[in-house]
Amino acid sequence: MFTKLSLAELSGLLQRRDTSAREVTQAFLDRIQHLDGKVGSYLTVDPEKSLAQADAAQALLDAGGSQPLTGVPIAIKDNISTDGMRTTCASKVLEDYVPPYDATVVSKLQQAGVVNLGKTNLDEFAMGTSCENSALGVTRNPWDLDRSPGGSSGGSAACVAGELAPASLGSDTGGSIRLPASFCGIVGFKPTYGRVSRYGLVAFGSSLDQIGPMTRTVEDAALLAEAISGHDPLDSTSLPEPPISAREVKSGTLKGLRLAVPREMLEGEVEPGVREVFEQVCQTARAEGATVEEVSIPAIKFGVTTYYIIAPAEASSNLGRYDGIRYGSRLDGNGHVGMVAKTRGELFGHEVKARIMIGTYALSAGYYDAYYLRAQKVRALMAQEFESKFAEYDLVLSPVSPVVAFRLGELNDPLALKLLDVCTIPANMGGFPAISLNGGFSSGLPVGVQLMGPVLSDERLLQAAYALEQALPAAAFRAPQFA
Amino acid sequence: MGLSYNHPMPITYDEVQHVAKLARLELTEDELRAFQDELNALLGHFQDIVDLDVEGIEPKPHAVVRTNVWSEDVPRLGLTREQAISLSKKSRAGLFVVPTIIEE
Repeated sequence: MFTKLSLAELSGLLQRRDTSAREVTQAFLDRIQHLDGKVGSYLTVDPEKSLAQADAAQALLDAGGSQPLTGVPIAIKDNISTDGMRTTCASKVLEDYVPPYDATVVSKLQQAGVVNLGKTNLDEFAMGTSCENSALGVTRNPWDLDRSPGGSSGGSAACVAGELAPASLGSDTGGSIRLPASFCGIVGFKPTYGRVSRYGLVAFGSSLDQIGPMTRTVEDAALLAEAISGHDPLDSTSLPEPPISAREVKSGTLKGLRLAVPREMLEGEVEPGVREVFEQVCQTARAEGATVEEVSIPAIKFGVTTYYIIAPAEASSNLGRYDGIRYGSRLDGNGHVGMVAKTRGELFGHEVKARIMIGTYALSAGYYDAYYLRAQKVRALMAQEFESKFAEYDLVLSPVSPVVAFRLGELNDPLALKLLDVCTIPANMGGFPAISLNGGFSSGLPVGVQLMGPVLSDERLLQAAYALEQALPAAAFRAPQFA
Repeated sequence: MGLSYNHPMPITYDEVQHVAKLARLELTEDELRAFQDELNALLGHFQDIVDLDVEGIEPKPHAVVRTNVWSEDVPRLGLTREQAISLSKKSRAGLFVVPTIIEE
């Protein structure tokens, strides 16, 4: 029965001593052992370690030194460094890499007494939209085991939807928290860039990457965001603001809220079922007293292009570190360069190599101005257009993805997959906080809606999302029957 | 050299090979041909921003820009030599082993 509960509910039981941290953790470990074979959300589970952490958390609870999340277990995306537990990025290059240090978010969770349930699958180095680029395993969507859970944080989404964890951490560079949250019918929150430390998050696109919570409820997202956020001197892009506060999350209302719906996010290939759910969500918001108006933000249509220049450019530089010498896998080749090139050429997967190639090309002599510099200007233009809308409206409302979860293997055109990011990319470009929650169902599959706010509006955004969640019957977490 | 903004030439096989060399990726001929196609498809897609007028716009290198970030000048322990070396697939006598670069 513990596996049915949210973080807030589990926390209540633990604080009242109605159960123990070990009992809760054991319940999830049992379910993982029993059922994760069907879903494939985890790459690494270490029951002994998790239970030892649970006992340490219990000691904190018993000593009265507990925090709101002490004793609850969560899963962690496998591109977030965990001291002593392998961190693979779902890549053959890091298949047996065991970090000698914790990411800041992991240290923060440990200090708060949160138990690490295990590490979840992802597209290799978080590059993908379906989780199918993992070199280490297949993850399936608990709503339909023949379908993708979305990506790149596919394992982190699937384990929450499948009740194999009460919550998880994901990372989001162009939508990698929000899209899988949408496909799996859960809540996914990408905070303002810089509010959560990136120290120990394996770098993909450093100016875009952000860690965030994936949960069953908006309240849980706020609680987990509070636990992992705050200034970190180890990340020079970390903002000086205090942690995201969860205290007022339930005080939000849709009454009087001004919501802008960018028409550019509804153009093109939006599935009729997604459109239908989105229109119902708009009606619900209006019925609750919000104003919902269509606006135009023309730069949205350049988002995918801009993203697929900037993110690969940053990735090609960030992934330069995998040379086989200091850590990670190594293959012998002809001389020094031959060894490095063979290691990288043979062990990186196709999509990772494709992005390194795109990024290297975009940054190479003669093309830098035409592509990378130009993309940065379009990024500025896009951020300005959104900021001017945020002067007139409180938040932006849109679908998360133009489609529902597709069948595994169904979408193999790399460009078609990239176009799915059109609604999620702008938040990464501008650093805006954005949250995905379930708006309804289309043919039995979840359809997410996204709220996005200006930089540092995280608390306000969570309050509005909470109010919308309360008004939408479909937003209440329900677990699919996959067993 | 470089692409004309308005009339991009398709990327040649030799150019793809050059990019792979810059990226330190040893690729098979099949892979090089596949990436040639993929890059050309993407570059076609990139055309929409190549044609966009961005005159006078300052580039935005970061999501939320901070400048002059200083850290406290306090010494902090890093990894020990043993820890750092232990992650390597090939090490000897506390040193990373790499192929010979300078011949005797």
